Amino acid sequence: MIRLDAVSKVYNQGRHNEVWAVRDLRLELETRGITVLKGPSGSGKTSLLAMLGCLSRPSSGRIHLEGRLLSNLPERFMTQVRRSTFGFIFQRFNLIRGLTVLENVMLPAYPLAPDPGRLRDQALGLLRQFRLEERAHNKSEWLSGGEAQRTAICRALINDPAIIIADEPTANLDSQLSRELLTLIGELADQGKGILISSHDPLVFDHARVSRVVELRDGRLA
Amino acid sequence: MISFLRRQGYLLEYSLASLARRPGKHLGLVLVYATLVFLLASTLLFTQSLRQESALVLAESPELIVQRLLAGRHDLIPASYLEQLGTIRGVGERYGRLWGYFYDPAVRANYTLMVPRAAPPAAGEVQLGAGVARARGLSPGDYLSLRSARGEPFSFRIAALLPADTELVSSDLMLLNAQDFRRFFDFPADRFTDIVLRVRNPVEVRKVAEKISLALPDTRPILREEILRTYDAVFGWRQGLVFVLLTGAMLAFVIFAWDRASGLSGEERREIGILKAIGWETGDVLRMKFWEGAALSLTAFLLGYLLAYVHVFHFAAVLFAPVLKGWAVLYPDFRPVPFVDGLQVATLFFFSVFPYTVATIIPIWRAAITDPDQVMR
Amino acid sequence: MKTNLTTVPATQAPGRRSGLFLLTLGLGGLLFALTFVHAALASRAAAADIAQRRDLVAALDLTDLALFTEARYTRHPSQADMHSAFQDHPLALDHFPTGTLVPAPRPGLAAAQP
Repeated sequence: MIRLDAVSKVYNQGRHNEVWAVRDLRLELETRGITVLKGPSGSGKTSLLAMLGCLSRPSSGRIHLEGRLLSNLPERFMTQVRRSTFGFIFQRFNLIRGLTVLENVMLPAYPLAPDPGRLRDQALGLLRQFRLEERAHNKSEWLSGGEAQRTAICRALINDPAIIIADEPTANLDSQLSRELLTLIGELADQGKGILISSHDPLVFDHARVSRVVELRDGRLA
Repeated sequence: MISFLRRQGYLLEYSLASLARRPGKHLGLVLVYATLVFLLASTLLFTQSLRQESALVLAESPELIVQRLLAGRHDLIPASYLEQLGTIRGVGERYGRLWGYFYDPAVRANYTLMVPRAAPPAAGEVQLGAGVARARGLSPGDYLSLRSARGEPFSFRIAALLPADTELVSSDLMLLNAQDFRRFFDFPADRFTDIVLRVRNPVEVRKVAEKISLALPDTRPILREEILRTYDAVFGWRQGLVFVLLTGAMLAFVIFAWDRASGLSGEERREIGILKAIGWETGDVLRMKFWEGAALSLTAFLLGYLLAYVHVFHFAAVLFAPVLKGWAVLYPDFRPVPFVDGLQVATLFFFSVFPYTVATIIPIWRAAITDPDQVMR
Repeated sequence: MKTNLTTVPATQAPGRRSGLFLLTLGLGGLLFALTFVHAALASRAAAADIAQRRDLVAALDLTDLALFTEARYTRHPSQADMHSAFQDHPLALDHFPTGTLVPAPRPGLAAAQP
């Protein structure tokens, strides 16, 4: 359970280009199943997602995860929570160029310093699961859109997080690939992962597996 | 502990992978860097070797030499000064030295002609330093013909060569006996070039020197410790000069390194954002960058230093020879003895590795403390 | 897909690159350390040569290294007249390149001042 208590996020506060991305949001989100944050671009979905995933702090208000207050943790602990609880899939995949697919997948585990052999096996296992084992030693920039997306999913899963956060995951995919992606996400939900997706793609929020849709507009619940 | 090491290993792995993305650029950087270290280290090792060598070898040079000055210039010293010096308390053994320079137009070289105190060569015979012998193509038994001060040709038989191992101090020497020396230079019979003194109590050398300059105001005493200090200064000065000459190169490198290290490209910024977003701490990013800087500068230092060591001690600093030789025809053929000063090497290490590593970290630190949510925007 | 991606022992570096790099660096460090060993051994081995030079210095009352033989004040910097390299003017440029490397002895070094 994630609880948001009067959460606001403002960028460039006090300057002429001040932007209120999220305003006074009160919300409870189930961490099981698939939750979609829906809304047009600029509605504050991504800012909200970033705060939920401990990537940024709210300007005011509080966020609780399973009863634990997240929003005032020091950076170090926020990073630890982020690392152990959340896996991220970004809109532009955000794979690191010049590294191989395997290396990209293993990256989130580096600061945890696991046994190298075990980490490698685990990463290869994930790649096999997502039909990427052929690509393991290719550079990430040579991948097709779908492959890059699946690599990003493997990377999100390497630390075995409880919740997967996906920001506009279908924005750079065609309908066929989007459907495949949703199937994969459905499988993850079946394995017990909580899924948080932001999207304005009907393919996503109208999908049968989605358990809840939260609609946002101008930083508020619509 | 294992986990700490392993984590550093992971971070290093990432740094190397990240360096390997632009192999040409980083290889070039290492090469330029290593070249600079090579030049600095070569200078350091070479001058340190000569400095140490001169300190060891010249420790046996005369304790006290008395020169006569005339109108501010070195002049021949009258033999009568020997007696006057004998009256000064503390002065022990004393004798006049005969030595001078001879310019040989045939090979355009300056020789140092000298009369040895003990076991002088027989009349008409000389002992040659290896440099002179090499320049004139002479070996023992050959004759060397030179024009004397009066314009008469003098023919000397080469009795022997001075040992090749002593070239550093004897390359341009030509030893002959006193009669030949005086006749050859038309040297006044009652004069010497200068006077060497032994002082009974070594602690009193300075005191004795003061007494001499009071008793014989037209003389200048030269102490052994001054000779040693001169050499220390000469090599310190030369080292400093090379360093000054290299300042331009160093500055250029600093600008280059600063540009490379501090000019964070948008791509690098994005990369740091990604790493933070997927769970790296700011500290991890900084440590990773530290490894990047350290890997580069350590490689460059080791490469540059090892090449410099081989250059100076195995190839006798060939690259420096043109500068050191100058116009000298009789440059000694010697191989520097590897006297290495650990403190100097440590200083070089610190100044070549540390600034670069810091220069890589600082800008990253500024980028790494920002919120990682930028990657989503 | 290659199947030789077997487990790496836990003590080993977490990747091929870092392992190789650390090996190279270790080798470089070893060579670095060896230069000091070599320096110590070689300078000890040179002791006889140095002693020979020192004996010659003692026997002939030599005062200087025969490095630069082109002019009096570079051949015997310790014996040269003060400022002989700079007779026209203390800052005058010299005829010989080594004149720029070997300065005239500093007046402060002369013990002549009572």
